[in-house]
Amino acid sequence: MTTDHPATSKRSLFSFFAQYRELALIGFILLLIVIISLQSPGFLTFDNFQDILLNISILAMIALAQGMIIITRGIDLSVASTLALVAMMVSFVLKAYPETPVILIVLLGIGLGSVLGSVNGLIITVGKVPPIIATLGTLSIYRGLVFFYSNGDWVNPIDLPSGFKQLAKGMSLGLPNLVVVAIIVAVIAYVFLNHIQAGRDIYALGTNPEAAKISGIRTQQVTFMVYVISGIICGLAGVMWASRYEAAQTNTALGFELQTVAAAVIGGVSMLGGIGTVPGVLLGALLLGIIQNGLTLSSISQFWQLAVQGFLILLAVISDATIQRRIKTTMTRGFAK
Amino acid sequence: MNENTLRMTNISKSFAGVHALHGVQLELHSGEVHALLGENGAGKSTLVKVITGVHQPDTGEIYLNDQRIHLGDPREAAAQGISAIYQELSIFPDLDIAENIFVGRRPTRAGGLVDWRRMYREAEALLSSLGIHLNLKTKARYLSIAQQQMIEIARALSVNARILVMDEPTSALTLNEVADLFRIVRRLREAGTAILFISHRLEELFEIADKVTVLRDGGYVDTRSMDGVTQEDLIRMMVGRTIKDMFPKKEVEAGEVILRVKNLTRKGSFKDVSFELRKGEILGMAGLVGAGRTEVSQAIFGVAPADEGTIEIEGQSVHITNPGQAMQHGLALVPEDRQHHGLVLPMDITDNITLPRLTHFTSRGWLNVKDAHGAAYQAATQMQVKATTVWQKARELSGGNQQKVVLAKWLSTNPRILILDEPTRGIDIGTKAEVHHLMSDLAAQGIAILMISSELPEVLGMSDRILVMHEGQVTGLFSRSEATQEKIMLAATQAV
Repeated sequence: MTTDHPATSKRSLFSFFAQYRELALIGFILLLIVIISLQSPGFLTFDNFQDILLNISILAMIALAQGMIIITRGIDLSVASTLALVAMMVSFVLKAYPETPVILIVLLGIGLGSVLGSVNGLIITVGKVPPIIATLGTLSIYRGLVFFYSNGDWVNPIDLPSGFKQLAKGMSLGLPNLVVVAIIVAVIAYVFLNHIQAGRDIYALGTNPEAAKISGIRTQQVTFMVYVISGIICGLAGVMWASRYEAAQTNTALGFELQTVAAAVIGGVSMLGGIGTVPGVLLGALLLGIIQNGLTLSSISQFWQLAVQGFLILLAVISDATIQRRIKTTMTRGFAK
Repeated sequence: MNENTLRMTNISKSFAGVHALHGVQLELHSGEVHALLGENGAGKSTLVKVITGVHQPDTGEIYLNDQRIHLGDPREAAAQGISAIYQELSIFPDLDIAENIFVGRRPTRAGGLVDWRRMYREAEALLSSLGIHLNLKTKARYLSIAQQQMIEIARALSVNARILVMDEPTSALTLNEVADLFRIVRRLREAGTAILFISHRLEELFEIADKVTVLRDGGYVDTRSMDGVTQEDLIRMMVGRTIKDMFPKKEVEAGEVILRVKNLTRKGSFKDVSFELRKGEILGMAGLVGAGRTEVSQAIFGVAPADEGTIEIEGQSVHITNPGQAMQHGLALVPEDRQHHGLVLPMDITDNITLPRLTHFTSRGWLNVKDAHGAAYQAATQMQVKATTVWQKARELSGGNQQKVVLAKWLSTNPRILILDEPTRGIDIGTKAEVHHLMSDLAAQGIAILMISSELPEVLGMSDRILVMHEGQVTGLFSRSEATQEKIMLAATQAV
């Protein structure tokens, strides 16, 4: 057949970065590592990198959930509040019944998270509320519940049993448990998004919702599912957070939802839906972690951390938009020649 | 070869009291390409959506091989072997070719894992059975429209489609691509697929179709064998009605040329469009949906300027790059989609009417609400807008009254050239007549009107001259006396 637009002939710099976003990110990360290690010798050590991994584990897990939701053209702003609410609730349970087995606490956190995620999913699918509004609402409601539930009190390290504290800090396979959990979540996410029917449907839904419906994909169920999955991951993350910081506070993870969006977007997830990979999001989280760590080591003020993060988001989105426009121009074909 | 017959009898469907289909019948057989023909709004798309389960008919029955079937949604239709390739392609740009074909039904291995290898193998087999060779891992967004269409056909085949509906498959293809498509359509016909083929290009139907069913105004006209009909027959069947003298067109002596468009071209939209518009004249722009008429009007109004060509207003060459400039030159555009482009729905009537000339009511940055209100009241009264007060929100008005507000808004700018894009689409007959009266009055006052309309009776009834476009080019210009429905349809469906 005639091919005025050969399928794979475009080999411009643009399409290269469009297809190999991960490589560009890796290059950027390596560059950063070189620059920061020249500035602060303490940076390039095994302990420091273990620290970075610990610091980004929770971010990476939730960024994966966030990325998956953004792929469906949605967003979940309630992730941090969900995390905080679950952290607070399981901490209260532990305070009252310190002998509860850790595995039960983990399951409880996952269960609570899935309920909170289901509420988001129902508001969005049944209530037909746009995701950004629905989760903006539950962001406040869940955070409000944290206050309501705790009466403004904190759960302090002294209130938590040591077995539970070991959940995040203990080591297995030479890595902190928290990092292992994040790796497991990432592997599951990778298999789910690449090799499971429902995971692939997420991409189909995001890239063309109308066509997805026509193709027999149950779009409402898929939408509901991604918010429940997000709730589950946030629930798990809430338990890990309480264990790692040995505390639950009313302001736990306040504003954290924006970091998860940042990691996903920097990692190449398109706000227009349909595009995003697990390695990309992980690299996005890693990049944020390295910047935070590097700037802290260089004792640069928090303002610069935030400014750099904001700059990276804009860079990512502008380059995505440019790539999209390029692709669109090459695709536009007219009949009036 | 399996014999399959899809029979539909007495299908009717209404939307909000408007009959989209009434008493339509259709019979499709294996190994047959059946054309579905009709003017814009004749009910073709609605019928297609009934066949594919998107809409459920109010009355009527559907039989597959003499068994009555119910098609509650596209899934059920697919289960019965009915697939459709829509005008708006349902391609997933970010998925690769193989996954586009198997989306929703990916082959799986034990444990629910997607069997990518089998998927690529089967996709390869399907595409080569169609004589297509592409890298299956290419994302669909990098394919041409024609290639994307082939992917959709492959998708339909992968569900063993016995009945394939193709809604305007050739509208975005080049001649070579159409030839490729027809080769595949013939292959499918030989394999025993029943194909319902919708196209506005009459000459194509003679090449590919065996039978033709014609719809008009939502009703069934006739089914014929393509051997026994001529192009003129088909046009007569599509157009049918006689135009009663229902249009209140006043005879106006056309004045001097006020707008002259020369060789206007915008790549991908329209090419070499030239025409003149005189004071007091209504110039009708006819053509099928997608012929490029709206694009031309938007180029003149500066919404999306042309690449080449010149526009003269009263003999002065003008360069208009945004609507603000167009308004300064005395142009006004009443857009096609009043809900999106014509009105700010949550705002009230006063705000909507005064929006284009707010500076007029503003002194030192302060808006004089009383003046604005007065002007809006006057304009709305003149247009006989039926509303409780001028503070009523635009979204609470009926379609016809919304259109009157849009007209009032633009007339309040005192335009010399008024462009109306589908001025009466979707409004009731009574309001339609009022709009027609108003157009005639405005022309009598010396305003030049460019009217885009897909309704032939309206074009014939209201225009002094009629310009016909087809695929971005002007294919005919008729005076009021020489224009007939047949001539316009011919020019609108045939390339020059």
